[in-house]
Amino acid sequence: MSDGMDQVRTLADQKYKYGFVTDIEADVAPKGLNEDIVAFISAKKGEPDWLLAWRLKAYRLWLTQSEPTWGRLHHAPIDYQDSYYYSAPKRKDGPKSLDEVDPKLLETYEKLGVPLHERAILAGVAVDAVFDSVSVATTYKGKLEEMGVIFTSMSEAVAKHPELVRKYLGSVVPYADNYFATLNSAVFTDGSFVYVPPGVRCPMELSTYFRINAQNTGQFERTLIIADRGSYVSYLEGCTAPMRDENQLHAAVVELVALDDAEIKYSTVQNWYPGDENGKGGIYNFVTKRGACRGRASRISWTQVETGSAITWKYPSCILQGDDSVGEFYSVAITNNYQQADTGTKMIHLGRNTRSRIVSKGVSAGHADNTYRGLVRIMPKAERARNHTQCDSLLIGDQCGAHTTPYIESRNPTARLEHEATTSKISEDQLFYARQRGLSQEEAVALIVNGFCREVLQQLPMEFAVEAQKLLAISLEGSVG
Amino acid sequence: MLEIKNLQATIDGKEILKGIDLVIPDGEVHAIMGPNGSGKSTLSYVLAGRDGYQVTGGSAHYRGQDLLALNTEERARLGVFLAFQYPVEIPGVTGINFLKTAVNAVRRSRGESELDAMQFLKLARKKAKELGVGEEMLRRAVNTGFSGGEKKRYEALQMALLEPSLLILDETDSGLDIDALKVVSEGVVALRSPKRAMLVITHYQRILDYIIPDRVHVLAGGKIVQSGSKELAQELERTGYAQFTGQAA
Repeated sequence: MSDGMDQVRTLADQKYKYGFVTDIEADVAPKGLNEDIVAFISAKKGEPDWLLAWRLKAYRLWLTQSEPTWGRLHHAPIDYQDSYYYSAPKRKDGPKSLDEVDPKLLETYEKLGVPLHERAILAGVAVDAVFDSVSVATTYKGKLEEMGVIFTSMSEAVAKHPELVRKYLGSVVPYADNYFATLNSAVFTDGSFVYVPPGVRCPMELSTYFRINAQNTGQFERTLIIADRGSYVSYLEGCTAPMRDENQLHAAVVELVALDDAEIKYSTVQNWYPGDENGKGGIYNFVTKRGACRGRASRISWTQVETGSAITWKYPSCILQGDDSVGEFYSVAITNNYQQADTGTKMIHLGRNTRSRIVSKGVSAGHADNTYRGLVRIMPKAERARNHTQCDSLLIGDQCGAHTTPYIESRNPTARLEHEATTSKISEDQLFYARQRGLSQEEAVALIVNGFCREVLQQLPMEFAVEAQKLLAISLEGSVG
Repeated sequence: MLEIKNLQATIDGKEILKGIDLVIPDGEVHAIMGPNGSGKSTLSYVLAGRDGYQVTGGSAHYRGQDLLALNTEERARLGVFLAFQYPVEIPGVTGINFLKTAVNAVRRSRGESELDAMQFLKLARKKAKELGVGEEMLRRAVNTGFSGGEKKRYEALQMALLEPSLLILDETDSGLDIDALKVVSEGVVALRSPKRAMLVITHYQRILDYIIPDRVHVLAGGKIVQSGSKELAQELERTGYAQFTGQAA
């Protein structure tokens, strides 16, 4: 084996850069999971009875379920009793502005390259920062309130807008949906809530930065976004987590609801700790994300850039219920070292003239395994439904894997479905050619990977796209100088 | 000045170059001709620093620097440019992006300021126009779906943008029709200057009708077996390589 491939392998051995732990004393529930813990969480948040009842219903169902095993994923059994299900950063009366936020928290964000205040002001981004499980700062709220846009933490939404929460929570991802969504329903701690009233175009990108911090704390975020008739909202979610030895479970649920003529764009850059170069540690990311295009001509677009986590199990989906509704899924998934990703989407066509588009780009390096798993289902009443799927895989080195598992079910003869897939490799010829022109090995790999992912990155809002490009480079480049 | 002394190289343990001696002063164009399998392409790869080729003896210095001690990109930044016999496709990476990154990498190493997107585009358009290369080529992915002729023109465009001081053309004429050969050769000739050295590797004499060499060398069996003036190329065209392959074997 020649030097070139060895160098590529060295590149693939890049260490996780965000390994540090903020020393904030957490206010935790006792370890383990039982009905008392569920009640503790609910009480801690001062929730109404109906929500506690919903949680308990979910918990009891969860006890009868078992983990799904159909993914191309391997991991040691998860001990659900060996985790803490609630932890909150210590606060006195709750910060009213950024000045009152624990400076250490802000410092953490700084290290992550997320200067909260600057970013918010410069980019006009409203940030609902979730640290551990409780929201600590919300900016630009006033401006949004003027337009009737509600952007708060889920806890606050439960307190202030119970009718909206009660109407929509679990309406897209029911508590009985799947093992991890059911667990989330029982023990979710916080997350974001967005409601955009009819006809309102949300004037800024809404953004949340998640970060796991306290040791052994499972993360159970719950996000709900509702776009009422004729409204538009773009939501950005980005996350990174600190270095850790034990595997951490992350089981979030995101629900989107788009009513008539409404549009939701949901973008994610996911950079949880992927484990070290030997596959030790890292986040287990079992996420359920689903959007309902409930209204006529509504539109939901998922864009994800997945570079982190030891295990990614994630299928942001669209239920195209309204006639003429459109669902889109744009995905970049990068796996390195011993990372495993089984990710894709589901497009369920129920209404007439519904259209969906899937663009998936998987990049695999080191010993990693990357699987695209996607379902396109055309139901009998979905006259003239259309889907186009494009699945591309790029391999770096010769010890990684790429797999494509499409499921296509059509129950209506007027449907038009297309599926294209390619697999390619960064070749030594390409690297030599680029280096002969003066590019370093790192620059060459970054350029080729970014070129491969361009179609997806273009879907991200501008400043996020720049960040994502950097992240792709960080994920794959190393100390080769 | 390029100075190669007794250069020996192997690939997968097989001896290809068996002691090359060659000096190309700045301002001169030297041609290396030879039969297939004589080591012509290997020489160009060894000079450019391709992985997989082991130098087992001798030396190669360019402007006093030990080329063999530098990695591929360091040599490129020093001014070594290899025009590929088979330029490589890089899907998804636009020419503008690729060439801007390359030009800026070279500029950085020379201590020059980097070009921003607008400055680069202006420069690239100018050079493309001079070479008669369509501007739309810059917006396409590098070499992807290009015809043989387009790929070679694209190499010429890169040459013009990177302004190398040591140019190595590896069988640039192969697979080119006369029109394309003319365009590419004119691009190369335009770069001829007292400060530049060029090494034209070819099987056929016809490219040397456009790029007139100062010296012609015959490479056979991994060694330079004869050197002469430009007339040697014409003579070879008549007599063929058989005399050398017999001799070297």
